[in-house]
Amino acid sequence: MRKLINAPADVVVDALRGLAAAHPSLRVDLENRIVVRGDAPRAGKVGLVSGGGSGHEPLHGGFVGYGMLDAAAPGEVFTSPVPDQILAATTAVSSGAGVLHIVKNYTGDVLNFRMAAELAEDEDIGVASVLVNDDVAVEDSTYTAGRRGTGATLFVEKIAGALAEEGGALDEVAAVAREVNERSRSFGVALSPCTVPAAGEPTFELGDDEIELGIGIHGEPGRERAKAATAIEIVDAALSAIDADMPLSGAEVLVLVNGMGGTPLIEQYVAYSAAADWLADHGAIVARTLVGPYVTSLEMAGCMVSVCRLTPELTRLWDAPVETPGLRWGR
Amino acid sequence: MNGAALADFVRRAAEVVTADADRLTRLDAAIGDGDHGLNLSRGFAAAVEALPEGAPPGKVLIAAGRAIVSKTGGASGPLYGTALRQAGKTMGDAEEVDAALLGAALRSALEAVQELGQAAEGDKTMVDALIPAVGAYQAALGRSESLAQCARAAAEGAEEGAEATVPMRARKGRASYLGERSTGHLDPGAASTVLVLHALAAVAAGEGS
Repeated sequence: MRKLINAPADVVVDALRGLAAAHPSLRVDLENRIVVRGDAPRAGKVGLVSGGGSGHEPLHGGFVGYGMLDAAAPGEVFTSPVPDQILAATTAVSSGAGVLHIVKNYTGDVLNFRMAAELAEDEDIGVASVLVNDDVAVEDSTYTAGRRGTGATLFVEKIAGALAEEGGALDEVAAVAREVNERSRSFGVALSPCTVPAAGEPTFELGDDEIELGIGIHGEPGRERAKAATAIEIVDAALSAIDADMPLSGAEVLVLVNGMGGTPLIEQYVAYSAAADWLADHGAIVARTLVGPYVTSLEMAGCMVSVCRLTPELTRLWDAPVETPGLRWGR
Repeated sequence: MNGAALADFVRRAAEVVTADADRLTRLDAAIGDGDHGLNLSRGFAAAVEALPEGAPPGKVLIAAGRAIVSKTGGASGPLYGTALRQAGKTMGDAEEVDAALLGAALRSALEAVQELGQAAEGDKTMVDALIPAVGAYQAALGRSESLAQCARAAAEGAEEGAEATVPMRARKGRASYLGERSTGHLDPGAASTVLVLHALAAVAAGEGS
């Protein structure tokens, strides 16, 4: 294992120290392990809190700032944060207008956020929760943990963050977050596994000529293994899976071609080119685009395609100014 | 068992989980994300730190459970922590836990885990080790066996239950994302449940009751 770290046990806290040093506009509480907007809590503003395992940077800490999250609670690598952390983040951003928890649908995240929300209610902080579950690779049934929260988390955090910044009430911000989630789908493909620093070994093995289809963002294996393919074929597999679940023909869409952490930007643009062609061929109108590593899985190679069917209001909120370490425009 | 014995159980569980952390992590890497051993050893280490001096059994388990919820993360933190807290609550203020009370505590731990995780028998989770453990414990209790024998039966029941998870297709937790590919692997949560119940049996046996 060759990694640019000091010690496997210190990765999360060392990275938080770096985030704090590089971005003085953030308050990084190393004791509680939370990242908070420097000006939080803002009077009358709904607080947005998200969190989850580390290793997905810039998600979530890199999305704390104007127009997006008010706080993030990063857990150990690929391990959900603990209730105390989430409660500390919730308390830090609570101005009395309520706090929205944006939770990716993983059992650990769901349980720890639920416990934190109960603790917050004990302190008279109104909490609403929104579950993100956009990954079409997982069969959605009452007999499974359900679909995973992946790339669409960025859409939810950006768009709900914009409405909260404008002064939206807790129920309105929660409603738009749910709407974005319902209108979004993702599908990921891995070209290599990744190595959790504390484990020291790759989370799965892939042959030289193999790829893993339908991966999540925690280095867990996907639904099936396939022979290596071209970018056009990989993007076709991803967008076909999305289209089968949520027809894209005639829709105005926001598209994210997301690098998983180990795939260079040049290849992400190769993939985006294939995505743009595919969408045009299938009658979808690309209204907004984002290309880059935003929701990563350590150094995993591969990409995830996320699509959101926009409405004029969602487009307006997407375009609203944002200023965070990981995403910034219009301000 | 008194409070000191329950504290010994928590220490013993921390030891065996840490000793077997690599195996748990390997099991988890096969069908999850490869951190179960790491997380659980961190959680139980925190539980050992939090053990109160001279407290009755119930208070010992509640303190341990709280520390596990606070320090573990992942799904295993809330699940193991809640199991211990619920068992502790069932023990109430009793200074001495007899075979019947330990059985009731074990059953309440199972119910709390099922309530929180919404897992049923056959979903390929720790519940598949806990259900036969509770069953075996109650059967031994019905035969008027000693607390040590009941605890041993529970550990053996958990072991059989865990083995039975190998062919199962996961319906809960991260392994469920794999669908059919989750079959053929021992569930890591069931495996760690076996370790923890063996720790309980070992401490109970040491009591010679």
